[in-house]
Amino acid sequence: MTATEDAAAESVDELAPTLQVEHLEVTHRVRGNDRRALRDVTFQIGRQESYGLVGESGSGKSTVALALTRYLPSNGRVSGGRITINGRDPLAMNTAQLRDLRARTVSMVYQEPGRALNPSIRVGRQVAEVYETAGLDRATALDKSEAILRTVQISDPGRVMRQYPHQISGGMAQRVVIAMALASEPSLLILDEPTTALDATVEAEVLDLVAALRTDFATSVLFISHNLAVIAKMCDRVGVLYAGELLEEGPAQEIFDQPRHPYTVGLLRCIPRRGQRKDHGRLDTIPGFLPTPGHTLPGCVFAPRCPIAEQRCHEAPPPAFPVSPVRSSRCYLFAATSDLPRNTPVDVTLPSSRDGAEPVVSMQGLSKTFTAHGEAVQALADVSLRLQRGETLGLVGESGSGKTTLARVLLGLIAPDRGSVVELDGTALPAEAGARPREQLKALQIVFQNPDSALNRRHTVRRLISRPLSRLGGLSGARLRERLADLVRSVRLEERHLPLRPGQLSGGLKQRVAIARAFGGGPRIVVCDEPTSALDVSVQAAILNLLADMQAKEQVTYLFISHDLGVVRYLSDRIAVLYLGRLMEVGPAETVFAGPHHPYTEALLSAVPSIDGQRGERIRLAGEIPSAANPPGGCVFHTRCPRRLSTGECESTEPPLAEAEPGHFMRCHIPIEQLHVLQGNDSRT
Amino acid sequence: MTDLVTEPAAEVAVAQAHGELPSWRLLLRRPTFIAGVAILVFWVVCAVFGHAIAPQDPLAQQLLATNKPPSGAHWFGTDQLGRDVFSRVIVGARTILVISFFATLLGTVVGTALGLMMGYLGGVVDIVTGRLVEAVLALPLLVVAFLFVVAIGPSPLTIIIVIGFVFAPLIARTVRAAVLVERQQDYLASARLLGEGSAHIMFVEVLPNVLPAVLVEFTVRLGYAIFTVASLSFLGFGVQPPTPDWGADFSANYGVLPAGYWWMTLFPALAIASLVIAINLVTDSIEQVLAS
Repeated sequence: MTATEDAAAESVDELAPTLQVEHLEVTHRVRGNDRRALRDVTFQIGRQESYGLVGESGSGKSTVALALTRYLPSNGRVSGGRITINGRDPLAMNTAQLRDLRARTVSMVYQEPGRALNPSIRVGRQVAEVYETAGLDRATALDKSEAILRTVQISDPGRVMRQYPHQISGGMAQRVVIAMALASEPSLLILDEPTTALDATVEAEVLDLVAALRTDFATSVLFISHNLAVIAKMCDRVGVLYAGELLEEGPAQEIFDQPRHPYTVGLLRCIPRRGQRKDHGRLDTIPGFLPTPGHTLPGCVFAPRCPIAEQRCHEAPPPAFPVSPVRSSRCYLFAATSDLPRNTPVDVTLPSSRDGAEPVVSMQGLSKTFTAHGEAVQALADVSLRLQRGETLGLVGESGSGKTTLARVLLGLIAPDRGSVVELDGTALPAEAGARPREQLKALQIVFQNPDSALNRRHTVRRLISRPLSRLGGLSGARLRERLADLVRSVRLEERHLPLRPGQLSGGLKQRVAIARAFGGGPRIVVCDEPTSALDVSVQAAILNLLADMQAKEQVTYLFISHDLGVVRYLSDRIAVLYLGRLMEVGPAETVFAGPHHPYTEALLSAVPSIDGQRGERIRLAGEIPSAANPPGGCVFHTRCPRRLSTGECESTEPPLAEAEPGHFMRCHIPIEQLHVLQGNDSRT
Repeated sequence: MTDLVTEPAAEVAVAQAHGELPSWRLLLRRPTFIAGVAILVFWVVCAVFGHAIAPQDPLAQQLLATNKPPSGAHWFGTDQLGRDVFSRVIVGARTILVISFFATLLGTVVGTALGLMMGYLGGVVDIVTGRLVEAVLALPLLVVAFLFVVAIGPSPLTIIIVIGFVFAPLIARTVRAAVLVERQQDYLASARLLGEGSAHIMFVEVLPNVLPAVLVEFTVRLGYAIFTVASLSFLGFGVQPPTPDWGADFSANYGVLPAGYWWMTLFPALAIASLVIAINLVTDSIEQVLAS
């Protein structure tokens, strides 16, 4: 890049970078046409350096990883540029050399640990195989395997080695995969979304582990993720990839603190941060869509979506401008990015008025027991909650905590156990949705996580949105068409989308259709079950804004389920924390986030990586969430609780859900004053 | 300024790369599909306009020209009664095509309805219907056919009903499996929250999504139906003489095969084979396009 940088690299020869990628270009051949997947990607990873590649889906992150080890699909090829790993070029290698490169020099860890392991071979054999490939005999290989599993903090490696992959949890499986990747002591470890499929608490553990091992093994890391916070936590330097081009590159903290490319600026503004809430203002968005694959733009790839693009941006692609000796940005206007205009005005359409505490829905003593393999599994245990008009109740907890079961019971999709009561305006609701009259069906609707599954792919958008209007709203003819037009406008779809089918829409547009459907009948409570977790960050912001607007306009109550605490905090007025089907804490959002909080909530909060640097003291949960078929006695959380009392009370008796301070309920033996001292609360934001 | 115009277009273009319309175009790109359809169209034309196309009356007996080998006057030769084999093969396409098509259609319609109910309603319906389906599957087709033909008498309608009756459970099983996959989807929960009834959910929500599986199953079964119809005719339970029919003609003439009169059996047999191959070519192409 710059002369100074080149000189620096040459003068310290033993510190030659592990990986050098220069002007890499990858092309896929699709139906007889060449489609460029990567264009002019240049970066390098130094010895023991951790480099992050961040980008939205379709940006080409994984293509980079595949190109490095020549794992591109058969229709893909490197059509330009150079790759150098430890001074050697994988593109020029023969089969034997390539095998050796993959076996000794570069290791990869993928998103789904379950799919990286062979389901029919015991874990121990799979790990040992790595050593046997390296030429060790069977017994030594097994010993070595046990040692490396201990290194990845598996406390009982002997037991894990005898198990099959389906018998161990996702977090455990990812540790095993990481152990296998490190077994050959590679110079370069490629991690492709390694924690995306894991719970926040498990993710935190795995990230800590990777960070610790990186130094132990003196390995360089290429970390690929869509999650900016994870990259911020894990990486020394970062590259921002968009539509196959590296738009900005440099030290991670500098890029996140002072982004110098309009795309990076936009991306960072899309994320609710620093305790931002819906009544503070709307999130900024990035309008438009990723360019169509194979559609080459003459100028900057981001120009069509850029708020400050000039004529030259549309005409010639900008080169990588050196922002500083260690940073570069592919933007003609990199100096002007700090005061980039907002795409979405900050103003909140209507102040959300949450006057009066009139409960719309109240759930009392909700329990649900499933029977699986003759075992009773209690997914919900005696949950009581009230939802008020116009408020958002955020529901958080790890997977398996009963969040979705609670939502489905409320909607009538699952019948709860006997004795459970769900009331709407003081009237008990029938357990099954099919038995509820139209007025009650109208009142309760849902926005699902995955619009691909929630929208019938054979129906047109017009039909999908009209159906609730005619079924629940009882509308027809001109009045239906009028209401349809209204609704389409309020979720910011357009007339031209109506004849299309879901398969022809992007993820964000599909989710808008799903939201329009949920609002079609004029609901009073809408359950949002992870409505943005299948979407990209820039799309997520637009959907969150839409949900906030719809709520302000229609005074709807949300039951908002999400694993993303930043998103929950942005939208919620109150928070409920579930663990093993039990409510651990309920209270106003700001109180719950500010603390003192239940030790479980504390753990959840400290597990979340933040773009804005480290939080204060961090606590980690030991082990996995226990099986709901066999919950621990006493406080169900005591097996993992870092603040367990030494008196033995936690093991023997289950604490009640008590009001620790006005409106803030907690299920913990530790008095709130003591929690306050323990957690050092705090202006924690 | 132009981006406002190009953006939406680009978005729709992305979608169409994965959409449904181009799958037809993909189908038309496959030579196997084209070949299969060409043969099929040929036989359908014969079935519809057979009497107009056939050079001679397929029923006319020329007792002075029996057992003639293929020649310029009789391309496929003549049979034991001096009838033109070529004309009989052309006209014979009608019975076999009509009977197999309607038999398969009957089986598909009944089977799809059964499969939807078993898959969507589940529980007792699934268990009871499932056992009945297994019972029917355990019966040998030809034996069932004998029973029906003896009971109702041999007619095209009897054969349609028999084959439909035996195919329905097979198709029901395939459809049930496809419905079970669809049942995991959230759009069904979404429909229940609109208060939709079971019939609406089964036929309006689920059915369009399992139609590809139904289509493949239909074409596969059509191939089997042609075999079955030909076999039943061969055994004398199909169309009764003197109506031209491939299976029956084969049956009437294979006795003289040792005497060297190969043309009377070879050409009807080739006709059956070409039809079944054509259908298999089409089925394979559809399956591959749907899977890709």
